[in-house]
Amino acid sequence: MGKRAAIVGFGQTKGSSSRKDVNGIEMIHEAVSAALADAELGIEDIDAVVIGNMDHFEGINYVDMWSVEGSGGVMKPIIKVTTGGTTGTTVAMCAYYHVASGLFDRVLAIGWEKNSESDTTGAIITAYDPIWERPNMAGAIGGLAVDASRYMHDHGVTERDGARVTVRDRLNALNNPYAHLRQEWMRGKDVATLVDLLVSSEENQVLAYPLRMSDLCPRTDAAAALIFASEDVAETIAPVPAWVLAVANRHNTVYYGDLDWSLNETLEAASRQAFAKVGIREPLKEIDVCELYLPYSYAGLAWIESIGFCGPGEGRRLLWDGVTDMDGEIPMNPSGGVMSSNPIGATGVIRVGEAAIQIMGKAGLRQLNRDVKIAMATGFGGCYWADVLLLGKNKPL
Amino acid sequence: MADRKTGQTELLYVTSGDMYQPYSYSLGRLGAEFLNTIKEEKRFLGARCPGCNRVYVPPRSVCGRCHMKMEELVPVSDEGEIVACAIIEFGFVDPNTGIARPVPYGTAFIRLDGADTALPHFLDSVDREKVKVGARVKAVFEETRTGKIMDIKHFALIDQYRRPGGSNGFSVE
Ligand SMILES: [Zn+2]
Repeated sequence: MGKRAAIVGFGQTKGSSSRKDVNGIEMIHEAVSAALADAELGIEDIDAVVIGNMDHFEGINYVDMWSVEGSGGVMKPIIKVTTGGTTGTTVAMCAYYHVASGLFDRVLAIGWEKNSESDTTGAIITAYDPIWERPNMAGAIGGLAVDASRYMHDHGVTERDGARVTVRDRLNALNNPYAHLRQEWMRGKDVATLVDLLVSSEENQVLAYPLRMSDLCPRTDAAAALIFASEDVAETIAPVPAWVLAVANRHNTVYYGDLDWSLNETLEAASRQAFAKVGIREPLKEIDVCELYLPYSYAGLAWIESIGFCGPGEGRRLLWDGVTDMDGEIPMNPSGGVMSSNPIGATGVIRVGEAAIQIMGKAGLRQLNRDVKIAMATGFGGCYWADVLLLGKNKPL
Repeated sequence: MADRKTGQTELLYVTSGDMYQPYSYSLGRLGAEFLNTIKEEKRFLGARCPGCNRVYVPPRSVCGRCHMKMEELVPVSDEGEIVACAIIEFGFVDPNTGIARPVPYGTAFIRLDGADTALPHFLDSVDREKVKVGARVKAVFEETRTGKIMDIKHFALIDQYRRPGGSNGFSVE
């Protein structure tokens, strides 16, 4: 029989474009120390460690051992997990499996990345099939640009619609002291003005038509850590644990050329499975907050359709109606999301952690002004695999 | 520069140098036949799945959806349709060659007539009015071909015609 499991602690470093003051191990140590402090635990309380990053970004291939001083895993069981963009959410899911199995009571889940230590575009191209797709594709930006071209074509979406997503996430980031991109010039301006500024600015360079700089996430150095605990100890550690209600993941094909470009098939299937497990029929009404892995603006339209918050082509209506803003029916990315920080291996851990602190009531300035009972976190890996986690305030049955 | 009294020091890093670690990836029999046929005959082949009937280009010997072995190669056209595209304007170093790719360039996923999947390749245009989903393209081959995907020089835009109902030929369950 499996055990119920909850998140009882979360810690993260402040995102920045380059953390030359620490090496990767030291940066991991900062995040782990913050998570332990949050849970009021010592490293001696931890039974096992799951850690992940994208190996080839730093050229470190045995992160489980390499990071052991920073992770706190000396003479403990450690597993390394690497699943591309979803690494952080998969790390969280793997830590959950450890606890849910009944074999471990307190498990540390760590994600980190020092994007500043290599060329991100060059590294991301190696995610594509080396024979057929790598010679002709252009890193993450090229892949996302072709994705945008199809979505814009299918639904008559404009660059203003994409900019609306950017504006939401970057305004939210102003409330998050850990966010990498905190664009102070945006503060206090209304949404329509900001959208107009983004689409008309000459400084906002087109990188891969139809995408401009403002449509894309930054490259970030950061680490983040979560502590998962079993039902036997969770409530003694945290006054309000964030219980894991469901996890799901789907993979379909490595070939971009095989994709049905009209939807995000893996995210749709993983969301449906998670919703079915929890009994969610109307995600828009029943989920209180989301931390979605949206690495570029148009994903904030297309993928919320795939999740099932609205029908095909209706994403932009939700955005413009303010439904996904902090005071809307389903606030998305109170943290500022991936559009404001993308330390790739840590990004998924941050999504799960930010969803958890909304339930735990620890989100500070970015805390929603209402009771959060169900929070959703997602992970995205290119090309197009997906992780979904649902967290809840009420202990699952 | 270090100042012990103030704790200030210049932050440093070391570089790995210019690493060079080439790989040799096997194409498999169907992949090799695909490139050899382009090299020798300037024609395209796809692999047909006996389970779902999808025609895969480039061909490979396993259909993931059916988990079934594919052995039948079928001819597909050297013309097709853009299913998704972009015009790359930022410069970056191609990790396959170590050379900066000349920008801007047009790129697209192209579904050749007779295929159900798409092939990524370069286009002969960076015209935003022409590089569009649904645009028709035709392969242009290199004079000297060596059995690589770059034996196709690029795809040339041929007109604005879009096939009726030209979305993917299969639906995803
Ligand atoms: Zn098949």
